[in-house]
Amino acid sequence: MSEFKNISGIACILDIDNIDTDQIIPTEYLKSIKKFGFGDFLFDGWRYHDIANINTPTSSRSLNQDFILNQAPYNESKIIITGKNFGCGSSREHAVWALRDFGIEAVIAESFGDIFYNNCFKNGVLPIVLNHDELLMVKDYVSNESKLHISLADKNITIKNEKIAFEVDSGMLDMIITGQDEVDSTLSISDKIKSFESNRLKQKPWLN
Amino acid sequence: MKTLYDKLWDDHVVEDLGSGDHLVYIDRHFLHEVTSPQAFDGINKKNLKPWRLAANVATPDHNVPTARGQNFELESIEDEVSKIQIIELDRNCNKFDIPQFDINSEKQGIVHVVGPENGFTLPGMTIVCGDSHTSTHGAFAALSMGIGTSEVEHVLATQCLRIKKLKNFRINLLGCPRPEVTSKDVILYVIRSIGTDGGTGHAIEFSGDYISSLSMESRMTICNMSIEAGAKVGLIAFDKITESYLSDKVQLDKSEYDKALEYWKSLSSDLNAKFDKEIEIDVSKIKPQVSWGTSPEMTSDYDSCVPELDQNSDKYSTYKKAIEYMGLKEREKLSDLTFNKVFVGSCTNSRIEDLRSVATEIKDKRISESIEEALIVPGSGQVKLQAEKEGLDKIFIEAGFSWRDPGCSMCLGMNEDKLSPGDRCASTSNRNFEGRQGHMGRTHLVSPMMAARIAIHGGIPHE
Repeated sequence: MSEFKNISGIACILDIDNIDTDQIIPTEYLKSIKKFGFGDFLFDGWRYHDIANINTPTSSRSLNQDFILNQAPYNESKIIITGKNFGCGSSREHAVWALRDFGIEAVIAESFGDIFYNNCFKNGVLPIVLNHDELLMVKDYVSNESKLHISLADKNITIKNEKIAFEVDSGMLDMIITGQDEVDSTLSISDKIKSFESNRLKQKPWLN
Repeated sequence: MKTLYDKLWDDHVVEDLGSGDHLVYIDRHFLHEVTSPQAFDGINKKNLKPWRLAANVATPDHNVPTARGQNFELESIEDEVSKIQIIELDRNCNKFDIPQFDINSEKQGIVHVVGPENGFTLPGMTIVCGDSHTSTHGAFAALSMGIGTSEVEHVLATQCLRIKKLKNFRINLLGCPRPEVTSKDVILYVIRSIGTDGGTGHAIEFSGDYISSLSMESRMTICNMSIEAGAKVGLIAFDKITESYLSDKVQLDKSEYDKALEYWKSLSSDLNAKFDKEIEIDVSKIKPQVSWGTSPEMTSDYDSCVPELDQNSDKYSTYKKAIEYMGLKEREKLSDLTFNKVFVGSCTNSRIEDLRSVATEIKDKRISESIEEALIVPGSGQVKLQAEKEGLDKIFIEAGFSWRDPGCSMCLGMNEDKLSPGDRCASTSNRNFEGRQGHMGRTHLVSPMMAARIAIHGGIPHE
């Protein structure tokens, strides 16, 4: 988990609504039992001409040069700007792992799938929600500039001399900045869970 | 005055963590081979054990072969990577003593079919699984949702989730549908009406006289696809139909059952409960639905056409890409399309009621010459047994269908059951995303009844 307060880098536009997690990482790669190494398979169906196969070495695959992430400088993108409902569909956390492993640190969209949105924070990827007009401003700017600067401390995006503010829950943002482990932090109040549980099972014994 | 979601939420909050975060207790945790290995790895590294063993139930479903017969050997799985994943689930369940219906168990099947039919899904529970279609169990007035793998690890380790409360959205489904309209058509119509992000940030409660009239199987189909409307939680109140479904599935002594029943009867929204959003749909006006595009909201009436592109619309680039991928033309009649594959299965439509509906349509008929493959994959071993007891398997086989063993199969094409590039498939599953059923495959989401009719006609029948 990276420790950062700012995200600065190449931003690419994927101007499509409803990009689902099957597009972000196809099912084929869900056969892996690892948590890392998914970067080469990000948007696999759009990045390559050939069929996804977890055993095929990436070097032997046929790249789709028309796809933006295969073109310089966007092959080094740190930020994705897209439309509505990014990350809808399957709960696969592999989608965030693929973005992270490719080097994506933030995704800016009009809205996100709920499960994907939560998964992002647990892996150091910042999902930013902007309204339709703000998103258009960012897209316009990036079409000319290709680079974008996001301040996590101030919760804003720099567009020329302007700042576009975004909202994100402070606790969740902290998770990205500090990379804190939620399991440890929950277990620090395990006595509360135990007492809740024993009351619950006493009152509703059919749950046992 | 509380909504059903409010009641379930309040009953499970262990601790308010501030700024909207809550620690919520989880009663039931379903596990499968695909989203659990990294979570088990996480608790192993921390030297932890599952917090409450009895909360967990596992079964392999996503990548199991569906032509395996009895006494199947894991070693015979040709795909090495899938084999490792199934063995890993075995290993983790054995190591921690987690109950598992393994690949040879007659109760193995799709986790969202197995849970309810074995009485693991109970009203009033919180239920999670590393699978977005966990919303299915909401049909039992249970607060159930799909979670990511980090959360699977968190639930294994702590029996809790750290989450924020969702908003309340009620969809009232009223009236009596046409005989050829099933709950699958109704939920597709709902998704088409509110969009795939219509329920984002909300728990959707489905209510109204239409819902009250439905069997539990049909209700599960509705809640299953609430995620396709953006809502990770779908809910239906407890009633007599829930009670009767559960009566032969839960094993409790009389006094415990009576106590449970008394509580379950409180699991509905109060009369004047406030919802953040509420809509009404008259189901009598709904026709059978067929998806034409690459998102479940891209759905139309079976007797309509592919939409016309409007360059001034926000949807222009998304629709254009979808029409191209699907190999369609603007304004093309859906009934002019020729199909070559049919898939009946998935956690949406693989229960006994779905199989009966297909059997009724295809009895004494043959599948069309245009259909190269028609699969029927039962949701579980128990569904399979029941279907065979009723002789449905013979009807399927005589009509030209391939009758398989339980698993997720061609819903997501993780095992051998995949579409080939250019295939056009009528599918009873839940997602028509690009490549979902196989590289460059084209999926049209339909009800089991429509899938059967397409199998016979090779296309969408005019009548």
